[in-house]
Amino acid sequence: MKNNLVKSSSLSRRAFLGTTAAGVAVAGLAPSALRAEPKRGGTFRIARGHGQTTDTLNPGTFENQFMNGLAYAYSGFLTAVAADGSVVPDLAESWEASSDAKVWRFNLRPGITFHSGKTVTPEDVVASINFHRGENSTSAAKPLLESIEDISVDGNTVVFTLSAGNADFAFTVSDYHLTIVPAKDGSVDWQSGDGSGPYRIVEFKPGVSVTVERFENDWNSNRGYFDRVECLSVIDANARITSLVSGDVHAIDKLEPKTVGLMARQASANIHSVAGNQHYTFAMSTNKDPYTDRNIRLALKHATNREEIVEKILFGYGYIGNDHPIGKGQQFFNSELAQTPYDPDKAKFYLKQAGVDRLSVELSVADAAYPGAVDAGVLFQNSAKAAGIDLQVNRVPNDGYWSDVWMSEPFSAVYWSGRPVEDAMLTLAYSSGAAWNDTFWENARFNEILVAARAEIDIDKRRSMYWELQEILNQDGGAIIPMFANFIFATSPDVVVSDKFASNWDMDGERWWERWSFA
Amino acid sequence: MDKLLRLIGQRLGLGLLTLVVVSALIFFAVEILPGDLAEAVLGRSATEETVAAMREQLGLDRPALVRYLEWLAGAATGDFGNSLVTGERVSEAIGERLWSTLMLATYAALIAVPVSIALGILVALLRNSLFDRVANVLTLTSISSPEFFLGYILILYLSVKTGWFPAIASQTADMSLGEYLYRTFLPALTLVLVVTAHMMRMTRAAIINLLASPYIEMARLKGVYPLKVIVKHALPNAWAPVINVVALNLAYLVTGVVLVEVVFVYPGIGQLLVDAVAKRDFPIVQACCLIFAATFILLNLAADVGSILTNPRLRHPK
Repeated sequence: MKNNLVKSSSLSRRAFLGTTAAGVAVAGLAPSALRAEPKRGGTFRIARGHGQTTDTLNPGTFENQFMNGLAYAYSGFLTAVAADGSVVPDLAESWEASSDAKVWRFNLRPGITFHSGKTVTPEDVVASINFHRGENSTSAAKPLLESIEDISVDGNTVVFTLSAGNADFAFTVSDYHLTIVPAKDGSVDWQSGDGSGPYRIVEFKPGVSVTVERFENDWNSNRGYFDRVECLSVIDANARITSLVSGDVHAIDKLEPKTVGLMARQASANIHSVAGNQHYTFAMSTNKDPYTDRNIRLALKHATNREEIVEKILFGYGYIGNDHPIGKGQQFFNSELAQTPYDPDKAKFYLKQAGVDRLSVELSVADAAYPGAVDAGVLFQNSAKAAGIDLQVNRVPNDGYWSDVWMSEPFSAVYWSGRPVEDAMLTLAYSSGAAWNDTFWENARFNEILVAARAEIDIDKRRSMYWELQEILNQDGGAIIPMFANFIFATSPDVVVSDKFASNWDMDGERWWERWSFA
Repeated sequence: MDKLLRLIGQRLGLGLLTLVVVSALIFFAVEILPGDLAEAVLGRSATEETVAAMREQLGLDRPALVRYLEWLAGAATGDFGNSLVTGERVSEAIGERLWSTLMLATYAALIAVPVSIALGILVALLRNSLFDRVANVLTLTSISSPEFFLGYILILYLSVKTGWFPAIASQTADMSLGEYLYRTFLPALTLVLVVTAHMMRMTRAAIINLLASPYIEMARLKGVYPLKVIVKHALPNAWAPVINVVALNLAYLVTGVVLVEVVFVYPGIGQLLVDAVAKRDFPIVQACCLIFAATFILLNLAADVGSILTNPRLRHPK
């Protein structure tokens, strides 16, 4: 039987070009030299597992991958993340940072226009970024931009002044919320759906579909090969599979690990599995008993059978985690950190250290946390039993999970998409006082190094700092991170995909719109 | 005829009263759902500040009772307000979806009602024959299976294996009617299979019931053909229960299609309602539920009137 399972463990090894005053000037998003010029044309249809009737084009509300992808299709950004994980120019053709990484100057590419024909000006950039800042902003990207003190315009350059150095700021502005939209009346005009991306929105029906057409005046001729893309929101996993198998669409995403094996038997589909930074966690509130005790946390970490969970929940489409959120493909992944093993005796030892013989805790799970979270909880319950830990699995409703369970119950299952930059992920979820610090973890040493590493531009020093941060999380942190889950998607045989998939987001870094083509 | 109009008026009044009660139930049921709209809208992006800012923007800090009365007053004039999430007019958000659902329901009804009544008559005529049994077993099997299962079976055999019909009923704006009927055939067929058994068996039972009556015996003794006995003599008296069942099933076609919509990715009102509940988009949830309630009330009213019209005895109560 022909097995078209394409397993590419595309791990990003990004060549971070540093942030010296000399600056970064890379000449566009040139595709791999090995690859022939992709064929242009055709209508590409895709079924995606996300999208809701409540979606809007307001970039501050983008929260699912349907909108995340669409943002990259219709809108331009200051910078972009390339397939190898490096940051490359988009609307900004080059940028420089001051030596303390506090002042960032982005030089706009001249002559770029929005789909409406209006020129992209530095004022548009300022208004677009400011839309996510300020007290009245409801934008999800607000916390990302907190360190910005001032944004000013200097000729064709936008100057950001930060309150603290951030060597990764060029990555920060590539976030999918930070679309560059036309300025209007002191704010921005996102309602029109105008943008400077490779595709122009023709019709957007929230929760149903979006149809886009290639923008003929796109500044970058090395992207956007389809004439037209119809992106459908197909929440039901079976409906996605049948639509691909019956030839209704050319690609589908979010394949469930448990059905991939059956799907692979279908010779008509190419299945892609990409190891990224997406990880699933069990978060303990370190401000609530018994999780305040580091020994209890370590006992639970040693009571988790990670191999079993990866095998039975991810069916091998992933790899085990070491209780820190840095993926093994990332630049500063600590490759020498000892893996926390499944060791019931050691768990018992830590329980004794904590002064208890038996531990009884309750873990709240729902499949809303991640597919298979309930089963993962039950596996955890089973492995913890050997360590004398009585773990009750409390299955809660999917509805309202993120508002009522996550960060309210002391022990719950969580998913994280991961971030291409170490600092972004660590700051978002583990720094003191962060809104999404779901383990309520406060570690003075960690916070100190985190801030110092952010402004450090010597790459070796940065590495040793991030390595220590991972070690602190591994030993002291409140999150059990048993697994990193691959992104799994499928395409029909007539689709030519990238030689190497980006791993920063699902679906080739959500840049499939511009990178893929028809054979 | 006056009496009939008065009767319809009375029923409509009662229907309105029911609607008001239903609206209160819906409003407060939605209110006690866990979670908060602002948090639901922002999802994982919700932080204390963003939630507070959004609550204020949406006026969620006011008491529920005040919001309910305002909304009821608006709904009475056809103004359901704006979606809390997208800011779009509720009537606009619902309009297109409701139209899609009604189209699909009509499509299914136009097949299901004639087929099931004809089948009902036929199996009554050939009762206890092999045909009767096979028809019963098949329709009962289809009604006993969950819709999504039937949908998958149809997809497997009519789409994946044979490629006769598309697996998902996605729509385009400039679709012709023929193309529409083709693309939505599988969801319509699923619905037909789900509702046929009920209507067919009610027709059969009502007719067979009447076949024992003396006047049918009389007709038979006169030498009338069996088919004519049923169509001309039995059926007119059987209409009342049949119409009731048909009305119930039509209401089901409008309100109960969420699963079919999900399986076939059909952008109807069910999916809108599900999304709106998940996002705590109260105005849309309430408007959808009111529409569903109104559908049931109107179709029941139509069934009552229909039975009265087909049965002169009901028009002249003793």
